[in-house]
Amino acid sequence: MSYFDNFLIMRSEVSLLTVILFLLLFDIIAGKKGKKYFQPVAILLFALHTLTNLVPEAAGEAFGGMYQYHPVMTIIKTVLNVATLIIFLQSKHVFDGNEMKDQRGEYYFLTLSTLLGMYLMISSGHFLLFFIGLETASIPLATLIAFSKHCKKSAEAGVKFILLSAFSSGILLFGISYLYGTTGSLYFTEVSMQISHNPLQIMAFIFFLSGLFFKVSFVPFHLWTADVYEGAPTNVTSYLSVVSKGSAAFVLMTLLFKLFGSYLYEWQTLLFWIIIVTITVGNLFALRQQNIKRFLAFSSISQAGYIALGIISGSALGMTTVIYYIFVYIFSNLAAFGVISAIESRTGKTDIPDYKGLYQTNPKLSFVMMLAMFSLAGIAPFAGFMSKFFIFSAAAEQGFYLLVIVAVVNTIISLYYYLRVVKAMFIDPNGQPLPALSTDSWNRASLILCTAAIIFVGLLGFILDMIEKQSFGI
Amino acid sequence: MGELLINNTGVPVLAYQLVSLIMFFAGIYGFFTRRNLMMILISVELILNAADINFAVFNRYLYPGEMEGMFFALFTIAIAACETAVAIAIIINVYRNFGNAEVDNLKKMKG
Repeated sequence: MSYFDNFLIMRSEVSLLTVILFLLLFDIIAGKKGKKYFQPVAILLFALHTLTNLVPEAAGEAFGGMYQYHPVMTIIKTVLNVATLIIFLQSKHVFDGNEMKDQRGEYYFLTLSTLLGMYLMISSGHFLLFFIGLETASIPLATLIAFSKHCKKSAEAGVKFILLSAFSSGILLFGISYLYGTTGSLYFTEVSMQISHNPLQIMAFIFFLSGLFFKVSFVPFHLWTADVYEGAPTNVTSYLSVVSKGSAAFVLMTLLFKLFGSYLYEWQTLLFWIIIVTITVGNLFALRQQNIKRFLAFSSISQAGYIALGIISGSALGMTTVIYYIFVYIFSNLAAFGVISAIESRTGKTDIPDYKGLYQTNPKLSFVMMLAMFSLAGIAPFAGFMSKFFIFSAAAEQGFYLLVIVAVVNTIISLYYYLRVVKAMFIDPNGQPLPALSTDSWNRASLILCTAAIIFVGLLGFILDMIEKQSFGI
Repeated sequence: MGELLINNTGVPVLAYQLVSLIMFFAGIYGFFTRRNLMMILISVELILNAADINFAVFNRYLYPGEMEGMFFALFTIAIAACETAVAIAIIINVYRNFGNAEVDNLKKMKG
């Protein structure tokens, strides 16, 4: 295999890198007139990148096993691409205003950099590439969270995120160092063969996992989530809750399958308790939130618990349902965030009581929000119901009945708070509801896309079949 | 295994392990108890450096044939530098917004 062939295998990364470099140069070189076209060019280029990387290729590896490719990775990368594209569509209007006008180049550049980090993390076959990917995914994210320079909340959220993420990656690194010490290699294939059950290795395993659990925000490691989600600009919050979480969940799953396959019993026990705590605590805290971003933060914590239901089963069906769940979750969550972003940028309101009587003035926005809430709660005809159903069946298939019962009970609890938002919009009387808002055409396109996906993805069976063809279990 | 753990310098591998463990837990302790953001950042650096010591020592004592651990440590140092740079930039931003860099002031968000 020639040196060039290596890059051919990692073509999705190369094409993303090209987009990033082009946008960077465009932002630097273009004059005032050219900058007017920056956002449409960025969105269209990224859409092009998404389209060119749709088709899975044969499995392979590059650079001596450092980079591993499996067809299922194309699927998860496409899911992340679609999510990022929708977020770009939703954030265009934020940078059209005068306040953030000069920062739009950085926004696209940094967002795509974190995406590149997630790509590397997903396809890594060696701890070095994995760690570089992890840090590439989290360092630019911190700058994105602290993006509005004069907003105190944003600065506070940024500093909380960077310090806690550095702390968690420090612990993860310490875990990797003991894995290296006990196995003598850093390649995933060699480490997984060398793994035995000596205590030092189990400690390393726990340290390593806690670093990853932080990224997915499972419960004992969730404390940063609410503050960071509330303080970050809304378009960054949606990126955090969807793309960052989705990629971390997928990486967690592939690493548990590929690397820690012989620890099956240990991590199933670990995840068993973590899922119960995550879903329950996420739901209970979501009940008492007034700020809608904070509310979605806790809702996303409990959604992470549902995602882990697919991981714990350890089967090919589990992997299929996890990807499917993330795919559906993207549309439901981004529909909600698109509405929030449209309302926040015009009026600056982010509390649930502010949404009272929204239906009187903005029937379309409240309709989309209602669909998003129904889908997140898992009400029957919508996509969220199908994804929850599949993920429960994947866990039940492996005999985790207690876990499924806990999850179902929690779904009922979650209905209360999701419907609270719907009730505020449609039923609660309000003398002075928010004024009628006009969304720009890009955001409207994203909302239409999300609405269509919420309604139709659950009914299109071939999506699940397509994912299932490429999935693998332990 | 016994001779492996002591090389020609006469320092056993466990001595290095002790140093790195002390650094690691000092970092964790500092992270939880310090009130100043810069001191918290320094504590995090202690944790990262403890891991680097581990990589270098394991490579030198247990697997002297390859340089994998050393390279990993080098990359980690570079990445930690990036992390510090971004963290300091954000801390300066906090300082501009809040007037100082104490953790106790960062309570705009609660619940």
